[in-house]
Amino acid sequence: MAAQEIVLEVKDISKTLGGKEILKNCSLNVARGELKVLIGPSGAGKSTLLQCINCLIPPDKGEIVLEGKTLDRTDKKSLCAFRARVGMIFQDFNLFDHLTARDNVAIALRKVRGMGKKEAAERAMDELARVGLANRYLLYPAQLSGGQKQRVAIARALAMDPTVILLDEPTSALDPELVGEVLSVIRDLAQHGMTMVMATHQMDFARALANEILFMQNGVIIEQGTPAKLLAESATTRTKDFFTKLTSELE
Amino acid sequence: MDSLTVIINALPFILGGTLVTIGAVGAALGMGLCLGVPFAVMQVYGNPLMRSFVSLYVWFFRGIPILVLLFLFYGFFLSLGLPVNPFLISCLVMGCTSTAYQSQIFRGAILSLPIGQMKAGRALGMSDTQTIRCIILPQALRISIPGWANEFSILLKDSAVCYVLGTQEIMARTAAIAARTHEHLALYATAGVIYFVLTLVVLKLLRRLENKVRVPGYGTQGNAAFKGA
Repeated sequence: MAAQEIVLEVKDISKTLGGKEILKNCSLNVARGELKVLIGPSGAGKSTLLQCINCLIPPDKGEIVLEGKTLDRTDKKSLCAFRARVGMIFQDFNLFDHLTARDNVAIALRKVRGMGKKEAAERAMDELARVGLANRYLLYPAQLSGGQKQRVAIARALAMDPTVILLDEPTSALDPELVGEVLSVIRDLAQHGMTMVMATHQMDFARALANEILFMQNGVIIEQGTPAKLLAESATTRTKDFFTKLTSELE
Repeated sequence: MDSLTVIINALPFILGGTLVTIGAVGAALGMGLCLGVPFAVMQVYGNPLMRSFVSLYVWFFRGIPILVLLFLFYGFFLSLGLPVNPFLISCLVMGCTSTAYQSQIFRGAILSLPIGQMKAGRALGMSDTQTIRCIILPQALRISIPGWANEFSILLKDSAVCYVLGTQEIMARTAAIAARTHEHLALYATAGVIYFVLTLVVLKLLRRLENKVRVPGYGTQGNAAFKGA
């Protein structure tokens, strides 16, 4: 990493849902080209934190700053403009079921970026080619495998030229044999310098590619550091315990 | 005169009434569609005021029989000194009622969509209006077709009560001739057949529409499973 230019600042986000505190003063800074990985047990608040960052779940408190500009959540126009620059990948894909793969990618280009039909379709084809699905462009989500759906979802996010992409457990809903194809697309993005924040249980992936790991528990980021530091042989971190536990469960 | 002759003589008159029925039901369904969709959207996504307005509207028009509403509207128009046209009042009453029923068909369809569809639209930077128009409604309307076909068939048959205001539809014209000729059985059987054929034809067309707009691969697993069994 050359200059540590901070792209996304998340400051003191808190969220209470149904009387339960899901997030308590979570903060993180993401530098350009960085891959931050959120790990932690289910219910730790990883997904809520990611959805608070682009206000799909409005945080009760806290600030979000994208490239130096603080988001004004109350202004619908600037909220939409902010979201257009922050890509989001969901655990269960959330492709638009009534649209072909190509139209899934093209629709926001047309509606948000105001592109013409032809231009948007061409751009969509480029993005589908990038995730290896150019030959599937006329298929509908119901005709695609889970891995293919998630790759279309990634193409859909990429088409908007996002400043940062949030990935909410992108491989958790996939059959084991389909995880690899999605991870390899994400790996490719990371290597090409895409700025990303990703919640995942893919420990080997996190260890190999994360610039920083954030360990969450009960709505608090309790540890953060490079994989090398948190997972060193001699480390006595919660992160390492969690890694060891998950790895031994897999065996 | 035997029954057959009575039917043959009455047929052009009753078929003319069929056009009136088609016109009134068509207008009412159209009104229900134009208002039912926004009402459903308001009830699902609107602010508390919009929601309670729609709830109140639906509660009123689902709670009162069409027959009562016809007299109510008729009296209301009279008391305001407005022109009372039986056909227009029939259209209006059936349209208001159908709006209530249709709004609930569409609301059910919207609610059946996964929450992630809305989230995905928002996450891409689309406004709520854009997401509802481009993502939610195209899916919800597809799902609504079977329920809407039901609403059509019910409304078509309910339209028979509009004869009480003197609307010159199938039922009114049949009753008029029956009173004159006393061929009740033959004439009402004819009216029944006309309603039956209308329902059949329109339901077939709606079925065709349903297949035409079906999303490939979507919802076909059920069929495949049944065929396998």
